[in-house]
Amino acid sequence: MLDFSKNYFELFGLPVGYIVDKTQLAERYRELQRVVHPDRFANAPEQERRISMQGTVRINEAYNTLKDPIERARYMLSLNGIEMDAQQETTRDSAFLMEQLELREELEAARDKPDPYAAIADLMTDINKRISSMVGQMAVQFETPTPEQLESAREILRKMQFLQKFRYDAESLEAELDEAL
Amino acid sequence: MALLQLSEPGQSKAPHQHRLAAGIDLGTTNSLVASVRSGRAETLPDGQGRHLLPSVVRYTREGPIVGYAARSAAVSDPLNTIVSVKRMLGHSIDEVKSLGSILPYRFTQQETAVPRMQTVVGERSPVEVSAEILKVLSKRAEETLGGPLEGVVITVPAYFDDAQRQATKDAARLAQIKVLRLLNEPTAAAVAYGLDSGSDGIHAIYDLGGGTFDISILRLNRGVFEVLSTGGDSTLGGDDLDRVLAQWIMQQAGLSDDIDHAMQRRLMRDACAAKEALTEADTTSLEVELETGELWHGELSRQQFNQMIEPLVRKTLVPCRRALRDAGLTAAEIEDVVLVGGSTRVPLVRELVSGFFKSHAMGEIDPDRVVAIGAALQADILAGNKPDDEMLLLDVNPLSLGIETMGGLVEKIIPRNTTIPVARAQEFTTFKDGQTAMAVHVLQGERELVSDCRSLARFELRGIPPMVAGAARIRVTFAVDADGLLSVEAKEESTGINASVEIKPSYGLTDEEIGTMLRDSMEYAQEDLAVRRLREQQVEAQRVIEALSAALADDGDQLLDLQERAGIDAALARLVEITRLDDEKAIKSEVKALEKHCEFYVERRMNSNVRKAMSGHSVDEFE
Repeated sequence: MLDFSKNYFELFGLPVGYIVDKTQLAERYRELQRVVHPDRFANAPEQERRISMQGTVRINEAYNTLKDPIERARYMLSLNGIEMDAQQETTRDSAFLMEQLELREELEAARDKPDPYAAIADLMTDINKRISSMVGQMAVQFETPTPEQLESAREILRKMQFLQKFRYDAESLEAELDEAL
Repeated sequence: MALLQLSEPGQSKAPHQHRLAAGIDLGTTNSLVASVRSGRAETLPDGQGRHLLPSVVRYTREGPIVGYAARSAAVSDPLNTIVSVKRMLGHSIDEVKSLGSILPYRFTQQETAVPRMQTVVGERSPVEVSAEILKVLSKRAEETLGGPLEGVVITVPAYFDDAQRQATKDAARLAQIKVLRLLNEPTAAAVAYGLDSGSDGIHAIYDLGGGTFDISILRLNRGVFEVLSTGGDSTLGGDDLDRVLAQWIMQQAGLSDDIDHAMQRRLMRDACAAKEALTEADTTSLEVELETGELWHGELSRQQFNQMIEPLVRKTLVPCRRALRDAGLTAAEIEDVVLVGGSTRVPLVRELVSGFFKSHAMGEIDPDRVVAIGAALQADILAGNKPDDEMLLLDVNPLSLGIETMGGLVEKIIPRNTTIPVARAQEFTTFKDGQTAMAVHVLQGERELVSDCRSLARFELRGIPPMVAGAARIRVTFAVDADGLLSVEAKEESTGINASVEIKPSYGLTDEEIGTMLRDSMEYAQEDLAVRRLREQQVEAQRVIEALSAALADDGDQLLDLQERAGIDAALARLVEITRLDDEKAIKSEVKALEKHCEFYVERRMNSNVRKAMSGHSVDEFE
């Protein structure tokens, strides 16, 4: 088993921080997989194969967490002692919530547009822009986080979760349209 | 052993014997076997120089016949001749029946979900039929290569679900073949191309097989093949193009729907021939002998054919779009498209696919053979013949895995396109006082309702310590291994007690059924079971001894203090001693004891290797 006392950043030999060099992260990921992946142990005894499998599972989990801005924020909060319950917590920012309602209505309306795919794609572009700008705000909170900044990071994450859910629903709608083809 | 090879990648290894390994492409229409010989991967022909083995098995009282001879009997003996068995693999009898008119077999009505076909030699399941094909291919490899195989890599469609993968592995077990790995077909094709051209970048693999369609998007970077997403349709293939054409012929020739099996088979054969002819020619002529004895003549142009098949070909673009989306890419970012499968020779397929991806479609390697060649390259590495090779395949699970929750809904545990191996845990609790068992229903698919997903298995957790309702915290871990196969473990958190997990596969054979089939097979009866088990145990013990000795020689002095070293040396010596005795149980328990004793050392080595891989690397070094 890999050293579980190490956090994901340490595992990848990267500094703990919200801004991550994607190319470097991907390179480190491949370097680690070269050493740990079960295919490197195809001829090894059972025990080594098991340990290699556990190590790879952890590396995959770490990689998935660090490469995704939303998962990464959640993880950074937990490193700072804040465990967020994705199911329960929601933002109370009413202006943001109104906007979300409008976006949802637009998504529903996309279904009946002459080119529903293009309408969905436009909405997705919009959502991705919003996420990018939140990623920027998030990075500022994590520079040298005070308790207040961690609280605002938490609030940004609550909003990001909305956008993530929206993206998921938009993809589901696309899949639904695909199936009707 | 493997740890040693990895810790010192530059060093030369002690010369070892070349281990025989093969790659098998178990296809819907045709199958192939390939192997690496003098550094080159090539498909292996039969005694008559034919590389393809039609995936057809004919059961006769004199024994099974596989391949060309079986295929030519398909028309005259349709009930005993099983074609396209891959379409049935891992499916329930109801699903198989929904494939309807194309399957002329007589199925036995029975309780279990696995379909069984009545033949002259009794009932046969799709797993057994597939095992016959595997046996022929593995025998061909052993005869050509001149020795027993260390193991094989068998390819499966990327979009195969857990039941279909498990069925493939079961078939290998019945054929008594050691499976090094199940490899996804598009990934295998990428390996065959990637190692040839060495081109880093993002590639799409479009694989239209006889009965299945797969699309994979992957990134190749210095020998690492990272699958970014995969998609497909496990019930759409090149056969469907033939079927549309066969229906057209029926219409034109005035044939009714109730034609017999022999006629159906003949039409499908003619349709396939016409499809192939239209790859080169602009028109082709058709001839069908009617029941009245008259001959029907017809002409078919490529344009007409294109019109018929266009809806089907367009249907393959839907999973392509979804795969791109899942990878977070646009078509413009794809460097090229690799075409796999005989039906990608159809000009309309090439045209629509290269149009969709706006890129060059590559088909330089024979699309029928490319998958087997990739599998052979991977088998060669997994068998340990190229310890310094950089190649590594990182694949994904094609379909989301979830469990049934209240109200017939599915909660996703592992979403599709997650890199494997992967493990995710979920906590459950009891809802009754003193409850000691619990059922978990595992499903695969993307939809929200249980009824729209495919049931994989039902797990029964037993041995939960009795507590008040809601007090038990049962942590269930779902793991998908590198073959894409699911396993489940359960533990009660507060007491640390492991719950036993009993798996009831929804569409597979149980272990007992496979055991019975194995015992029933003639070859197995000739060999003493106990002798076989002893030998296997001795081989495993030898493996452990070699691996540990090599590891100790490598870094035992650095990583162990004197006392630890002495303890391990003593345990190792005990195993060496016991392995000489012909006592299966004693060897087994000594192997276990040694592994337990050395666990800390193996983990220390793994960590030390990880440190080595990470140290000394700076960002600029990667550029």
